[in-house]
Amino acid sequence: MMFSPDNLQAIWLTLRLATTATLLLLLIGTPLAWWLARTHSWLRGPVAAIVALPLVLPPTVLGFYLLLALAPAGPIGQLTGALGLGSLAFTFEGLVIGSILYSLPFVVQPIQNAFHAMGDGPLEVAATFGAGPWQRFFTVAIPLARPGFISGSILGFAHTVGEFGVVLMIGGNIPGETRVVSVQIYEQVEALQFGEAHWLAGSMVVFSFLVLLIVYGSIRRHAITGMRFGS
Amino acid sequence: MFTRVLSFSILFASGFAPALADEARVAVAANFSRPAEMLVEQFELLQPHEIELVFGSSARFYAQVQNGAPFDAFLSADREKPQLLAEEGLAVAESLRAYAIGRLVLWTAEPSLAITGGSLTANAGGKIALANPRLAPYGLAAREAIDNLGLGEQLADSLIMGENISQAYQFVATGNAPLGFVALSQVGRNGVIEQGSGWLVPAELHSPIRQYAVLLNEENAAAGAFLEFLRGPEARRIIYSFGYTMDDAEP
Repeated sequence: MMFSPDNLQAIWLTLRLATTATLLLLLIGTPLAWWLARTHSWLRGPVAAIVALPLVLPPTVLGFYLLLALAPAGPIGQLTGALGLGSLAFTFEGLVIGSILYSLPFVVQPIQNAFHAMGDGPLEVAATFGAGPWQRFFTVAIPLARPGFISGSILGFAHTVGEFGVVLMIGGNIPGETRVVSVQIYEQVEALQFGEAHWLAGSMVVFSFLVLLIVYGSIRRHAITGMRFGS
Repeated sequence: MFTRVLSFSILFASGFAPALADEARVAVAANFSRPAEMLVEQFELLQPHEIELVFGSSARFYAQVQNGAPFDAFLSADREKPQLLAEEGLAVAESLRAYAIGRLVLWTAEPSLAITGGSLTANAGGKIALANPRLAPYGLAAREAIDNLGLGEQLADSLIMGENISQAYQFVATGNAPLGFVALSQVGRNGVIEQGSGWLVPAELHSPIRQYAVLLNEENAAAGAFLEFLRGPEARRIIYSFGYTMDDAEP
């Protein structure tokens, strides 16, 4: 038996968390990236800085503020309480919120760069053929920015899988709910169950390597297609 | 003041070099953080030595010491871990001593509530925080208390685990968990619960939380002196004031 049932549960939970967070991030991140790539508003700088904050902030800062925000007296806690959802700390949903904040730049920035690299040309051409703004966005911008969407999704997914500090602070280590792979490894190492920890930790190394291999491989390929579009 | 320093020096002259100031890094189980800080303050008034404290779960420190962590002494929340270190040759076996017996409190951050064992089930659906039983002796004691109250199955889905007792406390203090098992020393002083409200979990509901200290680095005079100080009357007064007891029959 390679993985114990506990480890399998942690892996499944982690995949569920990363998938949910990535899908939501694509929904939130796409309009945000579009706006950041095209706006001339003075708000662009501050918003871009806020999106990039999780890149530089220690996870403990996010974890600390999330813990206060999710508490029944905190802003998110009051909102979810009023909606009858109760407190989201120590729940899967709470981790999804944390992951969205934590992985936001990893999804937004590649998409934003792709929109930016595309330039105005293709959209203007589409406009002369009579395409409306929504049509231009869905039939021209999104297909052209596909490499950005691929990189963003993979990086957002992988970064959520690698999340540790935030989960440790707002998760409460509940099996099947908040005990993700990284937390499970931490607990096993502290409890000196090195054998079990090896299986999970080794799998994480392999997984991360493969993800990066795909990302770097696709960047090379798309750099060539990108040039073709640019000419 | 001077005579106190002198008497201490004489006291330690047998086992420890008295004059030279040394620095020690001491790993302390999270439940003991408040008394440890106060003890170090006192100790440093009386001694030329300096003590640096690091707080965490006993299991983490055990794993770290096994892997060569640079701690000079270890104040565990149990007997098992320091004893194993001694058996593994990583700690000085003769220095293994109990320094406190801890108590568990079922606690909420809200003041003037009447908390009892019944609050555990009256808390319908609300989370109950405890330290991780696999990593922290206080978590194990909480687990035993829950089982001995016959609530193990009923509460299985309500339990959330902190990495150590400080995190369990923090979950409750921030209001994220309405109830939690914490150490008496975290919320009480001089026999009263100072903040929130709590129920002192009857000692017979869990095995006694006998906490042992051990010297890890024999060369370090500061660490040795600090462990000696822990057993002195002044240190005892401080330790007792946080709700710990001592079993004098225990070596």
